[in-house]
Amino acid sequence: MATENKKAELTDLEQFRLDHGLALKEEPQLTTLNLGPTHPATHGIFQNILQMDGEKIMDAVPTIGYIHRAFEKIAERRPFYQITPLTDRMNYCSSPINNMGYHMTVEKLLGITIPKRAQYIRVIMMELARISDHLICNSILGVDSGAFTGFLYVMQEREHIYDIYEEVCGARLTTNMGRIGGMERDLSPKALHLIDEFLKRFPKVWAEFEKMLTRNRIFIDRTTDVGAISAERALSYGFTGPNLRATGVDYDVRVMNPYSSYEDFEFEIPVGSKGDTYDRFLVRNEEVWQSLKIIEQAYKNLPEGSYHADAPHYYLPPKQEVYRNMEALIYHFKIVMGEIDAPVGEVYHSVEGGNGELGFYLVSDGGRTPYRLHFRRPCFIYYQAYTEMIKGGQLADAILTLSSLNVIAGELDA
Amino acid sequence: MELTNENVLGKIISEFGEENIWDALNPDGIMTITTNRESIHELIKYLRDDEELQISFLTTMCGIHFPDHKDKEMCMMYQLHSLRHNYRIRIKVFMPASDPVMPTMTDLYATANWMEREAFDFYGFIFTGHPNLTRILNIEEMEYHPMLKQYPLEDQTREDKINTYFGR
Repeated sequence: MATENKKAELTDLEQFRLDHGLALKEEPQLTTLNLGPTHPATHGIFQNILQMDGEKIMDAVPTIGYIHRAFEKIAERRPFYQITPLTDRMNYCSSPINNMGYHMTVEKLLGITIPKRAQYIRVIMMELARISDHLICNSILGVDSGAFTGFLYVMQEREHIYDIYEEVCGARLTTNMGRIGGMERDLSPKALHLIDEFLKRFPKVWAEFEKMLTRNRIFIDRTTDVGAISAERALSYGFTGPNLRATGVDYDVRVMNPYSSYEDFEFEIPVGSKGDTYDRFLVRNEEVWQSLKIIEQAYKNLPEGSYHADAPHYYLPPKQEVYRNMEALIYHFKIVMGEIDAPVGEVYHSVEGGNGELGFYLVSDGGRTPYRLHFRRPCFIYYQAYTEMIKGGQLADAILTLSSLNVIAGELDA
Repeated sequence: MELTNENVLGKIISEFGEENIWDALNPDGIMTITTNRESIHELIKYLRDDEELQISFLTTMCGIHFPDHKDKEMCMMYQLHSLRHNYRIRIKVFMPASDPVMPTMTDLYATANWMEREAFDFYGFIFTGHPNLTRILNIEEMEYHPMLKQYPLEDQTREDKINTYFGR
């Protein structure tokens, strides 16, 4: 009797399944999908092993470390000035910020004060780097949602920023810019001219790029409520930078702990409200305008004076002096051979990197190399939230979320 | 309340006692205190939840190895930040190399997950209660913890690189 009753309640489909020896209720069939390690849409080398139910992501296991280069270990054996090239290779979209952050950390340890002019030059270079970083992130977000043109269009402007780097330090991507104690040379007339040209030309380009995406119906539909995170979770996950500000928390190292004369400049911190991909896009867009504002102020009010600190023990003397002057020769030799002893101490210094608070924790035992140098890499810290952000969403949205977080493999793995 | 090193230290000591908090230093404007393994979890929880302090952002944490310090070879450094008061504090815990076991902070901060995995990977710290304590940046098959000072950076059998030529 009981079986008959049960049979009566069955639907046609269930009856069919029963007749053909299938389970009454369909078990969700999960597909395992390897997203990465090398995939054109991840823009870097990260692997995510996804459990998919159709197009829906049920679970993700990220694997990182594909380009781990042991920078913290290498730094324990190198003289201080040879560590700067390592920092280049962390966030390679905004190398000058990493360089300057590291220089400032060592300067804090050595107790060197930098002249105003050098600080302003650093601010100009750091803000140019921030623009090039955000420009890549936002235009790649356009590419991943199907708008390729804007990417190529603003890439031209990144070339112009790299031309400025080239004029200032000789390199384009991994810049190794500046030195402990200031800049390696003053801004040349050509560099000043290039910055001036950039300031005149770039606002038009960026306004046009914004016009293409900001009020674009397709783009808004693709990015709103995608990869959203609440402010509480973001803080718990240690988010900093534009990704945290998109959730509505106005934490910016440049304002909270000003370094390199940031207190002299007037600028605003844009914040979002929902912490989704669209908010992150808007925050980065607005930060580019604010960076332009800072560069303009620094360029107009560039103070006179020296471009480096008077610290002969740590700052290389001019090359022509090395051949003429005994002291200069000795200092040059000692610095190049890495025979400069740093004082005992421990310092933490953080700068606002392209992706957030880029911190350097340096422990010195009085030797010629750091005893311990730890990098607080914003990408490494916030990428662990990625699983939580994409769960329950579509695969195509996961790609957009990854792009909008601006995860840089070099910084992730150090 | 304006947070200063003095009043924060006073609050912490009145809560945890002199025997658990010692070596309050100020090397670079950030107060550094030392505590023991038994108190660290409670201390970080207290700093996070106290109404006046609100030191509720885990900026970073990292291991340090001091092979010459007898019975205090391993050091774990936590750096916390109060975004409301813009106040930073650094907490250190020392322990012998034979027993690098720490309580996990993953129940207080989600970000501690990967930071602790990194400390395990590079220094061999064991975090009791961690949900997934596996290597993160190095390969799984690695048999040692590479940031420990007993592992030199370069191949020591090489004869073509003489230290004195490189100023080391």
